[in-house]
Amino acid sequence: MSTRVPIRLSVNGRAHELEVEPRLLLVHLLRDQLGLTGTHVGCDTSNCGACTVHLDGEAVKSCTVLAVQADAAEVTTIEGLTGGDGLHPLQAAFWEDHALQCGYCTPGMIMAAADLLARNPDPSEEEIRHGLEGNLCRCTGYHNIVRAVRDAAAELRAREAGARTTEVV
Amino acid sequence: MIPSAFDYAAPDSLDVALQTLADGGEEAKPLAGGHSLLPLMKLRLAAPTLLVDLRRVPGLRSVEREDGSWRIGALTRHADLQGRRELGAVGEATALIADQQVRNRGTIGGSLAHGDPASDLPTVLLAMEGAVTVRGGAGTREITAADLFQDYLTTAVAPGEILTEVRVPALEGWGHAYEKFSRRAEDWAMVGVCALVQRGEDGSCADVRVALTNMGSTPLRALAVEESLRGGPLDDGAIAAAAEQADEGTDPPGDLNASPQYKRHLARVLTRRALRRAAEG
Repeated sequence: MSTRVPIRLSVNGRAHELEVEPRLLLVHLLRDQLGLTGTHVGCDTSNCGACTVHLDGEAVKSCTVLAVQADAAEVTTIEGLTGGDGLHPLQAAFWEDHALQCGYCTPGMIMAAADLLARNPDPSEEEIRHGLEGNLCRCTGYHNIVRAVRDAAAELRAREAGARTTEVV
Repeated sequence: MIPSAFDYAAPDSLDVALQTLADGGEEAKPLAGGHSLLPLMKLRLAAPTLLVDLRRVPGLRSVEREDGSWRIGALTRHADLQGRRELGAVGEATALIADQQVRNRGTIGGSLAHGDPASDLPTVLLAMEGAVTVRGGAGTREITAADLFQDYLTTAVAPGEILTEVRVPALEGWGHAYEKFSRRAEDWAMVGVCALVQRGEDGSCADVRVALTNMGSTPLRALAVEESLRGGPLDDGAIAAAAEQADEGTDPPGDLNASPQYKRHLARVLTRRALRRAAEG
């Protein structure tokens, strides 16, 4: 019963080969075996979104994904969002706009927001609220989170435009 | 919360998956996106001894048009379907399932095979009079929506069978609406209503279908509403009068969120809203 299973996956650009119990949840692999504790366990019932990471570029709740299901996949956690050079525009905007208080929901909120902005680079306030409904925050009342996502979206669009201008020149 | 221990296989063909399921016996379960099964396993409400993960099985994630129908592969995720206008009520309802993270994992086949009367897609399949294809040791068979949902979390998909494809008629020229009431985005519907309306050339109701979410142990057709409207006018008065019969013949269980009486009220209100929107086109 419950033979360990070999998996290969990339986490934040780093390849890992592991043998895992089939029932191991992805969030526990990330936190307990790989030491990436930026991904949080909140409700543990796929409601709160604190455990949100990207699996092949899309946001998922890692408390409801088995580690074996992430075999051959690319996982990105909050630690891997920046690529190593300073803060991601979402992180910077959360800081600037005071979009966190206790901070527990923040990594999941930012990973979900990154998925939203990949789908919709210029979301309205309503679209942001709808897009982040899988993430619960018990401190902020969400207003500053929505503001931060709008600011980060503007910054990302400006960078994109800048990159295009440079290419044309 | 950690599931009970189980064995795991991820075969790369449907034939091997079926054989692995058969070898695993009655406590073996196929795994698609896992967003119905894994929560149950974490709560230890389900404890399969073997999961046969379908993620490497080719050809089960597609959307194709054929002879007036849409054929949707069982592993097609809600995220692949959400908001697609050409898919009618399927495109509308998938955009309302839980939240984006869940829609990025959950699949249409998994949701239908799970058969939760509080989930959205069984109701849509029933209203559209769609069907599913299942493969098993004895071959392939098709199960219509009317036969698929048998009881709470119980479908006509037998142990050892795998749901491979969903087929829904395109229903061109029909209006559609899915109305759902829940307290929070991630919650299941307290009540949901799928309405489909075909207007005749004179503006009257040529045909209509209404199905209800979470009003019983399976999704239900609101036949009294349909009969009241079919062939008659589609004005606000006729729709309001028909919607008053939405809870006829239902037996909704009370739960933490809503009493049976409140669910009946919601069914009538949501049916009116869904019919009005569907009648507009």
